Amino acid sequence: MIGEGLQSTNQRKHSYVQDRVEVGFFTDPSVCIGCKACEVACKEWNQVPDDGFTWSGNSYDNTGHLGASTWRHVMFLEQDRPKGNQVTGSMGLPFDQQSIGNQQSDLSAVGPAEAEDPFRWVFLSDVCKHCEEAGCLEACPTGSIVRTEVGSVLVQNDVCNGCGYCVVSCPFGVVDRRPEPLHDAGGAFKCTFCYDRQKSGLVPACAKVCPTESIVFGRLDDLRARGAKRVEQLQQSGYKDAQLYDPTETSVRGIHAFFLILGEPEAYGLPPKPQIPTIYLKSAWISAFATAIASIIATLAGFAFFS
Amino acid sequence: MTNGPQAEQRLEQLREEAWKKGVVPGKGVDVAGGPIPRKPGYYGQPLVKPPVWTWEIPLYFFFGGMAGMSAVIASGAIVFHQVDLARTAMWVAAVAGAGLSPILLIMDLGRPHLFLNMLRVFKHRSAMSMGAWILSAFGACAVPGLIALELHARQIFPGALDQLLRVAAGLLIFGSAIFGTLLATYTGVLIGATAIPAWFLHRTLLPIHFGTAGLGSAAAVLELLGHRIPALNFLGFYAAGVETALLIWLSVDKHGAADRAIHEHGSGWLIRIGEVLNGPLALVLRFFAFVPFAAISFLLGALVSRIGWIAVGKVSGADPESVFAAEHY
Repeated sequence: MIGEGLQSTNQRKHSYVQDRVEVGFFTDPSVCIGCKACEVACKEWNQVPDDGFTWSGNSYDNTGHLGASTWRHVMFLEQDRPKGNQVTGSMGLPFDQQSIGNQQSDLSAVGPAEAEDPFRWVFLSDVCKHCEEAGCLEACPTGSIVRTEVGSVLVQNDVCNGCGYCVVSCPFGVVDRRPEPLHDAGGAFKCTFCYDRQKSGLVPACAKVCPTESIVFGRLDDLRARGAKRVEQLQQSGYKDAQLYDPTETSVRGIHAFFLILGEPEAYGLPPKPQIPTIYLKSAWISAFATAIASIIATLAGFAFFS
Repeated sequence: MTNGPQAEQRLEQLREEAWKKGVVPGKGVDVAGGPIPRKPGYYGQPLVKPPVWTWEIPLYFFFGGMAGMSAVIASGAIVFHQVDLARTAMWVAAVAGAGLSPILLIMDLGRPHLFLNMLRVFKHRSAMSMGAWILSAFGACAVPGLIALELHARQIFPGALDQLLRVAAGLLIFGSAIFGTLLATYTGVLIGATAIPAWFLHRTLLPIHFGTAGLGSAAAVLELLGHRIPALNFLGFYAAGVETALLIWLSVDKHGAADRAIHEHGSGWLIRIGEVLNGPLALVLRFFAFVPFAAISFLLGALVSRIGWIAVGKVSGADPESVFAAEHY
């Protein structure tokens, strides 16, 4: 066990649900090793059906995207820049055809070549963001999607009738309707933040199994402080493009499962400025009411002047 | 694949293609030419989820719009003492709005047996919840309204009871007209207030289009059912005129990659064909007094453009570039 070991908030029992404390996930790709234990733990604990066994050809990622049967998704990014101060590339080895042909490999040329063929492999475990202002929760017409005591967003699957409106209302494309013939098909599914485990004082399955504490579970305020500290630490050690992904400036007003990212959010398939769709309601309803009134006037005018 | 000339031919084809293009497209080979993916976002994965709705929803938009606005025409007919037209219009409203629409909506649910859960809560911030209540209220007005109107028109009951029926029919039909206008227009709000770029960028246009297409469809259907009166012809002109204006609006108000699903792909063609059918073509046909053809053209256009808008949502939602581009607006 790396990091804080058994002292970590990932391993301790807690009473956050009883105490109504806001909790969250902080996911840090700089220590993720891409083991996918979180994906497996999530599937096993929540008994999520498989989402197809296909080769994507996209690095080591055959999971694809979060969805009805994918609640944790480890991303594998291949980027043409160095990770921190790490040296990549052929290290100045004379690797062109001519020199190999002449058998004249000059090994004295080996050394840290700074910007030579920079390359990095970044892993990040994606999950439902449990937004402060959640699009799915606002959209749900059955009241199936609720906010829990710990601030997470939960789909109550016995209430959901599968209308599919949350699917188009999530700015992150997380929640989805589970198709036939999978088990429990028809309803909308997404990460539950292991609400069932949390009620018994247990930590969400993915955080519990993470061997490097890349996924950290804990009090949201603690995690935010931890995230800010980690960004500072990484920037000092050469990760110039380390930043937190927590869109507090947009109408989503922040996320409870936030990320440290290296580089731009776009590369992770994260929208730079996610918006909750309810901000579009006002202009749309004004237009609807105007059309309604115009239609009534047109009808009355039609009968009045053309009868 | 089995041994044979066909298999060999396929291999020859692959070799040709590889020779010519340097790469054979297929699953897993799109990273050829370097380890760094060139697709936008994360391997071209969609950022938002495209709608899961199938053919029932555009059909519901079509019938719901027609039903809602038919109740408005029925009210107008009542006010101007055209009871026959009012009766036909209320039949259209009740059959399409209280019959077909709920059936289509329930069919599209992932768990149809739980459809009553729609009425568990009232959420004004959810257009879907508002729609469920609007449709219920519409049905609750239109069906008894039609019954009362028919009983009154056929003079089933004598004297005072008939007078009561007359008043009840009037009130219920006005009620269904009010909920009808909302039934026809809320669908625009429903898809306008989502995370799909091509939809939310046109959230002002959508309710106008859906409502007006509903009004035109109602007038067209009533004309085809034999009510060839100038008032409905005027409504036909009005709807086709507004739709023509919307066609121009849509071709001017472009947002580049963010809403290219409206202008490109199959979805773009559906929108274009639908808008031409219920806009300029219906207008021209009506101008030359080919009323039934204008009516059919409008109905077809209203249906095709509804199918088109759902298709646009599917294309736009699956396109990560459209989401990135929409961030700039």
